[in-house]
Amino acid sequence: MLRSKTTWLLIGKRLGIALITLVIVSFAVFFATELLPGDVAEILLGQAATPEAVAGLRKAMGLDEPALMRFLGWLGGLLTGDLGTSYVNKMEIAELLSGRLANSLRLAGIVTVICVPVALSLGIAAAMWRGTLLDRVVSMLTISVISVPEFMVATLAVLIFAVWLDWLPALSYGVNVDSLGAMLRAYAMPVITLSFVVSAQMIRMTRAAVIETINTPYVEMALLKGASRWRMVLVHALPNALGPIANAVALSLSYLVGGVIIVETVFNYPGVAKLMVDAVSTRDLPLIQSCAMIFCVSYLSLTTLADMIAILSNPRLRH
Amino acid sequence: MTGTSLVSVRDLKIGAVTDAGRKVEIIRGVSFDIAPGEILALIGESGSGKTTIALSLMGHARSGCSIDGGNIRVGDHDVTGMSEARRAGLRGTEVSYVPQSAAAAFNPSKRIMDQVIEITAIHKLMPRKQAEARARDLFRALALPDPDGIGQRYPHQVSGGQLQRLSAAMALIGDPKLVIFDEPTTALDVTTQIEVLRAFRSVMEKTGMAGVYVSHDLAVVAQIADRIVVLKDGEIQEVGTTEQIIHSPHHPYTRELLAAFEPVPHVPVGGRDVPEDRAVLEVSGLCAGYGATINGEPKAKVLKNVNFRLERGRNLGVIGESGSGKSTLARAIAGILPAYRGSVHLGGQKLEPALHARSKEDLRRAQIVFQLADTALNPAHSIGTIIGRPLSFYHGLRGAKRDARVAELLDMVRLPATLRHRLPAELSGGQKQRVNLARALAAEPELILCDEITSALDTVVAAAILDLLKELQGELGLSYMFISHDLSTVEAICDDVLVMYKGEVVEALPATRMSSEATHPYSRLLISSVPQLDTGWLAGLEQDPELVAAFAQR
Repeated sequence: MLRSKTTWLLIGKRLGIALITLVIVSFAVFFATELLPGDVAEILLGQAATPEAVAGLRKAMGLDEPALMRFLGWLGGLLTGDLGTSYVNKMEIAELLSGRLANSLRLAGIVTVICVPVALSLGIAAAMWRGTLLDRVVSMLTISVISVPEFMVATLAVLIFAVWLDWLPALSYGVNVDSLGAMLRAYAMPVITLSFVVSAQMIRMTRAAVIETINTPYVEMALLKGASRWRMVLVHALPNALGPIANAVALSLSYLVGGVIIVETVFNYPGVAKLMVDAVSTRDLPLIQSCAMIFCVSYLSLTTLADMIAILSNPRLRH
Repeated sequence: MTGTSLVSVRDLKIGAVTDAGRKVEIIRGVSFDIAPGEILALIGESGSGKTTIALSLMGHARSGCSIDGGNIRVGDHDVTGMSEARRAGLRGTEVSYVPQSAAAAFNPSKRIMDQVIEITAIHKLMPRKQAEARARDLFRALALPDPDGIGQRYPHQVSGGQLQRLSAAMALIGDPKLVIFDEPTTALDVTTQIEVLRAFRSVMEKTGMAGVYVSHDLAVVAQIADRIVVLKDGEIQEVGTTEQIIHSPHHPYTRELLAAFEPVPHVPVGGRDVPEDRAVLEVSGLCAGYGATINGEPKAKVLKNVNFRLERGRNLGVIGESGSGKSTLARAIAGILPAYRGSVHLGGQKLEPALHARSKEDLRRAQIVFQLADTALNPAHSIGTIIGRPLSFYHGLRGAKRDARVAELLDMVRLPATLRHRLPAELSGGQKQRVNLARALAAEPELILCDEITSALDTVVAAAILDLLKELQGELGLSYMFISHDLSTVEAICDDVLVMYKGEVVEALPATRMSSEATHPYSRLLISSVPQLDTGWLAGLEQDPELVAAFAQR
């Protein structure tokens, strides 16, 4: 299928842009954390520390070097996989992160597997039967879900399922996950809460993208050829709506890695977002930086992937 | 009649719901018949309901519209009475459709062959192999190049004229009894239009199918239709054979339509005291293009060494097909697209190539009017604000003085002064183009660049705009550079004509002697391709095939 050189050129260009963005972002992350108030050495040593002790510790931690040098050193470390050491507990950050990242990715993966098919089918169905009862019900539900903040959803879920009905554990972590049933129960509430938030946006965007292509002359032409509604939408409209849909899905999913702090906190789920908040409260700069970089990388790779799908699904660019 | 006719439409009424939620009747009791093998033309201006009627023959009403009354019968099928699912069974097999813009009606993400034979797959008419073979036969019958390979391409890989013929193949594949052609050549260049019309005619003659041909162009319809239905505001004005409608129309509206076709020879405004030596516009060696600049030259060169001179008070027509560089020439003169070589002199003074480098006075003296008044007028501004802006910008007018001048300008373009409180969306197409013109006049220019300003308008409305341009010229001593693909429009208003082809001026000659004296082969091809109001024109037209091969982008 991929015969054209320009396609590869476009993809290469897109990847190049993603790389450049990543470098700029890392710069921003590093210097933004520098701006955080408070001095690590002072915090570590407590209020009773003498100025000499603080200065000594700063020197030992390399904090007295110019910021730019520290940035370059940090960037080089990132490239070689050395994320540095935590200021607070002297552990390798890579080690601290790996477990948390796996937790976050597991949660995100489960939500993705459930949400993407459901959201896409609902969005396409709403567009297909536009103006009908189904469309109106879906639209109303998505709007109400978008309008309700997620801590409300999470808290209500805990109140209903854990406190009143006592069906599910209120906390996701620390419970026994030996059997499949127990695991399902442990993950049910965070997954439900996240699914609500993530899929509402996907449904709306999918519906809008499909409706836009349904209104084109070539879909009307399909109708005038005697095509059924299914054929019109699935064969003619959908392939041309892939680009915008991929982008909507990527934007929603990118939220799953970095934006889930409230859900992780409410359900006491040990993910990366929670780790980052803890790191902020202890001024653990290397850890904050690494977490921020993980969010940025996941966001960038998702949007880049979506753009590449858009490029590949466009025959004008492919041939 | 009912016993023998293929299609019968009785007292058809179609309603539409406006944006404001008001219900209006757009087709008001239309009745006609079509005999087997007959081609019936529906003719009228935009908004006359011709496409709406044609689509209703397939049981389809566009969103917001609904068939509210009357009866449509196609063959043995009662289209108005049947369910949507049964109508779908009819589409493509009994009645099929050739769209106005094939470029938009082909799905960009699917191969042409898959789309052409889709009807056979939807209705399970024949196996794929057989359908593809039949499609290739149709490609041959429609004189398409590379009939065996063209189906493997994507829509963006073939030309507009080819796509239009491919869309006819798509309509004919299911062997329908009736084919609806919805303005199928309107979007094409004249030299391309001929080939497409010929292909349609020969296929329809061979297969003996009946057809409905929707068009606003009487000359085109005269070449292909047996009978003509003249429509206005959703009502039939007159029905007759093609010969009768063209040669002895009864209804005043039909006569008005025909009158718009009468060539109106242009009488030059000259003869007054025009300073002889002062050319209002002098262009020499002009080169312009698009894309990234390398060594001071753009990647895609469009204009190549254009030279001409326009005397004060005279009009210059620029004709050529799409892609010939006509609009680029206007943009280069106006400075929107800075020329990379050559010079433009306005009233003896050299203009800077780029817009931002020109003085306010230079800008004032040359104004441009665009083709689509819809997109050129800010939809959020009132007409008064739109016309008032150049008054403040160029002449520093404010308050009551400005209002008075706006009223004057509206009067100049024959619009009531009360219109100044309206928004562009509340105006008709012709009115919007007049506002567009008034805005250009507000600057009090010496030269107005008119870029296809009548192309999007109906013939009668366009003729009125041309009359207005002439009157304004007499009153204000303006000069026009008039860009158009329509030769009769150019003939009606211009003194001199430039024929452009691929960014070059191939010939310059006086407009009155354009058809008799053109010598360049491309000019001759272009002039001979303009449809004439004569039923035998297409059949009798002979064009040198070599010439066609060399110049027409079919």
